[in-house]
Amino acid sequence: MLIATALSVVQTKRLFAVVMLSGVFSLLSALLFVMLDAVDVAFTEAAVGAGISTVLMLGTLALTSRTERTPTRSSLIPLLVVVVTGAVLVYGTMDMPNFGLADTPANNHIAAEFLKQSPHEIGIPNVVTAILASYRGYDTLGEVVVVFTAGIGVLLLIGQLGRRRRKGKGGKV
Amino acid sequence: MASGFTWDFIVGHLNYWMFIVLMMTGFYIVVARGNLVKKIAGLNIFQTSVFMLYISIGKVTGGTAPIFPADMNIDPETVYSNPVPHVLILTAIVVGVATTALGLALIVRIREEYDTIEEDVILEAERKIAAKENRAYGDAMGGRA
Repeated sequence: MLIATALSVVQTKRLFAVVMLSGVFSLLSALLFVMLDAVDVAFTEAAVGAGISTVLMLGTLALTSRTERTPTRSSLIPLLVVVVTGAVLVYGTMDMPNFGLADTPANNHIAAEFLKQSPHEIGIPNVVTAILASYRGYDTLGEVVVVFTAGIGVLLLIGQLGRRRRKGKGGKV
Repeated sequence: MASGFTWDFIVGHLNYWMFIVLMMTGFYIVVARGNLVKKIAGLNIFQTSVFMLYISIGKVTGGTAPIFPADMNIDPETVYSNPVPHVLILTAIVVGVATTALGLALIVRIREEYDTIEEDVILEAERKIAAKENRAYGDAMGGRA
């Protein structure tokens, strides 16, 4: 179903439908995250991916155009590049452990340690929150810095938009 | 390939292959489509499939979400999925929406400047501007160039 949604994003020319389909894609992936036991990730994806991203894209559409021109270039070379990259990635998965095993490297070193220690060291039930706010607190601080920088960037890029338009320069919308 | 293509191997790796197909769909949108908003949508699809890949690495069969009971009486028999990829991906989702916002702001700015959001048209306009500048420069140098 996810693949069908993604393929229809490739084909659709109306950008409004593209934005809606990418929202649908985010919601479906949130469902998949619930299936994979990642409930925190699922509700972040549903709120941020399906909610905020869709609103931002709709805002952009309101400021720009709504349809896509038919591409003039041939799409053969991109297709080739994509297929080759995909083949290399599939080759890379050959050495990966089977899905769902408990004794893989990813599930053993620090993950097992966190699961064992966080009830005593942090004392809150949700391990994801414990790691996010405590063990990897600096990481989260860095994330806040990134979001702040992006906010400043957006303000600098389009903060003057309204004023310029009222002066009669700039865009013609 | 020591293990060979047994049934177990194929079923155990099918999830990775699905995510790679999704990832490549997003990648194809980014490289093959000229519309900038659509490129951002493709980038989002690519990103989300990377998230799925990570989360699926952390899944343990028969495990449950890594949240302890509220009274903290932890049953040692319970299997929990790996919380570390969840944390990493939570951070990545938020960073992803920040980059999306920045990209969309750039698109709005580009539209204001060039009056289009199609890559081909923008390149064409760029070429015209460059040619005009070249000509002006050549005139200033005395008609040669």
